[in-house]
Amino acid sequence: MIKSLTTSREVLLFAAIAVLLGLIATRFPGFVAPSNLADVFNDTSPLILLAIGQMIVILTKCIDLSVAANLALTGMVVAMINVAMPGVPVAVILVIAVGLGTLLGMINGLLVWKLDIPPIVVTLGTMTIFRGIIFLLSDGKWVNSHEMSATFKAFPRAEFLGLPVLSWTAILAVIVFTIVMTRTTLGRAFYAVGGNAHAATYTGINVGKTQFWAFTISGALAGLTGYLWVSRYAVAYVDIASGFELDVVAACVIGGVSIAGGLGSIGGALLGALFLGVIKNALPVINISPFWQLAISGSAIIIAVAVNARANREKGRIILKSAEQAA
Amino acid sequence: MTTPANAIPDRLQTPWESRLKSWEALLLLVAIAIFIANSFASPYFLNAWNLSDATFNFTEKAMIAFAMALLIISGEIDLSVAAIIALASTAMGAAVQAGAGTPVLILVGLGTGLLCGAFNGVLVTRMGLPSIVVTIGTMSLFRGISYIVLGDQAYRGYPSDFAFFGQGYVWWVISFEFVLFAIIAVIYFVILHKTNFGRSVYAIGNNPTGALFSGIRVNRVKFILFLLTGLMAGIAAICLTSRLGSTRPSIAFGWELEVVTMVVLGGVNILGGSGTIPGVVIAAFVIGLVTFGLGLLNVPGIVMSIVVGALLIGVIALPRLWSQWRQR
Repeated sequence: MIKSLTTSREVLLFAAIAVLLGLIATRFPGFVAPSNLADVFNDTSPLILLAIGQMIVILTKCIDLSVAANLALTGMVVAMINVAMPGVPVAVILVIAVGLGTLLGMINGLLVWKLDIPPIVVTLGTMTIFRGIIFLLSDGKWVNSHEMSATFKAFPRAEFLGLPVLSWTAILAVIVFTIVMTRTTLGRAFYAVGGNAHAATYTGINVGKTQFWAFTISGALAGLTGYLWVSRYAVAYVDIASGFELDVVAACVIGGVSIAGGLGSIGGALLGALFLGVIKNALPVINISPFWQLAISGSAIIIAVAVNARANREKGRIILKSAEQAA
Repeated sequence: MTTPANAIPDRLQTPWESRLKSWEALLLLVAIAIFIANSFASPYFLNAWNLSDATFNFTEKAMIAFAMALLIISGEIDLSVAAIIALASTAMGAAVQAGAGTPVLILVGLGTGLLCGAFNGVLVTRMGLPSIVVTIGTMSLFRGISYIVLGDQAYRGYPSDFAFFGQGYVWWVISFEFVLFAIIAVIYFVILHKTNFGRSVYAIGNNPTGALFSGIRVNRVKFILFLLTGLMAGIAAICLTSRLGSTRPSIAFGWELEVVTMVVLGGVNILGGSGTIPGVVIAAFVIGLVTFGLGLLNVPGIVMSIVVGALLIGVIALPRLWSQWRQR
């Protein structure tokens, strides 16, 4: 039990984050103050939301490179709706954001499911198409803070039990999808499809359809994040969250999600996102130029994937050992 | 999961029959259609100098696309190519600051490309890591180093004879870059289609284990392919830096996706195992013609990306839709 705990990816990553925070705290105790940690969590919430969706997609042996473009397109659409009709309540905006995101995710899913096009090609294509559509819709113009209504901007910042709604959304998503992934047939199907597609087919799981649902979930979360992102930063333009899809994939990889499919957990994706979030927020505090951030997260990805590869090999041996003992 | 396409036919198609039905023929048709549409759409299209300018839209990316095609056929991918351009360009900029002349700059550019390619190759072949994740990591790492070195600054002041690589013309409207593109295309055509090495690339892409047991040094071939891709990114960095005359850390941002688009549009199977160099050449022209034609019509770059994205999905989706419809 203790051994499996110490070798578990989540525990290792949690320890790594704790050590990181400890190191920063020795010089800057203010960074680990609860209020600052809450800020870091809030700042990382969009990444957590997208990483959950991406993790499910990667689990089914696919990849979704269009999440950031989906986020930007949905964000722009709700921002423009808000400008045109400031009276539309936030609840309707939320429904539109999740609905549009879901629709965009379904397009990816359908192309992968019905036409059997490799996911990386599909999402590479839809990524550029979504970005282009934002330009067509907005004519390249920005939607700025003063054009958005106060209620539109207030929602992600509204405090509830000491945390902003943005943070609560991420927490809620983590809880909901932990339940979905561990306690529902669909959740287990995601693992089955990624672990062994042929075996999944023989157990009666429709592989393509399961992948379709993975893309749909990823799209829904991207749409939701689109509204939260645009209202939090109070600006919408063509290039928001540009390149963010790679951060999202990075968070998953650091969180121990295997790019080969079938291996990963919501907790891992959460911790992977938090790891990147802590680094991003700590750099300015410890007075390192933000220009270092890219190289550091790149190194973190390479180290994480190397550790993953080793951990997976060890895992194989452990399974054999326990099988021997059982026999 | 077997499709009828995998079944062994009773009778082999005659060469010209299969050639007509090939991906390259379809793509060539698309290219010709775009060319004709362009010449009707804009009076400025059929102008030797304009067409020559249009080649700069794709020559640098296509040079990388050839090496990337081999890499993808072998079942790997390199998403760090644009970041290698940034790092190689930064290294050349630093060399200029140190007083290096053009020959040294070339060596620095090529050397940086090779080193980056070797780094990717070692991680993938020695440590057995998945290339898509490794190169997403090195993509951040390489460009990150450029950002650390340059921050929000830029390197300028390249020697005047260095400008030839990106701005020089060999004869009349034929630019140096275009000639380089053509030579590299021929070299890669020979490597992939006429050598044992090329055959082993296909073998690895179709069945790495089978290739290993038939005596192909799989990891060595893959390592060489990563080296080649790095080298081509280095060459592209020289051309691009020379053409722009300055280096910023954001140079060639997002090019990795355009290069992959070019390769996939050229009929290379993203899952590995098949693809041809002529396909990639035609795809390069298609993308170049589309962006140039739309540019003449004052269509903004981002809208062109819709067209390129739709083209990417469309050319793959349409044949599949067609065969699904025929089976019904």
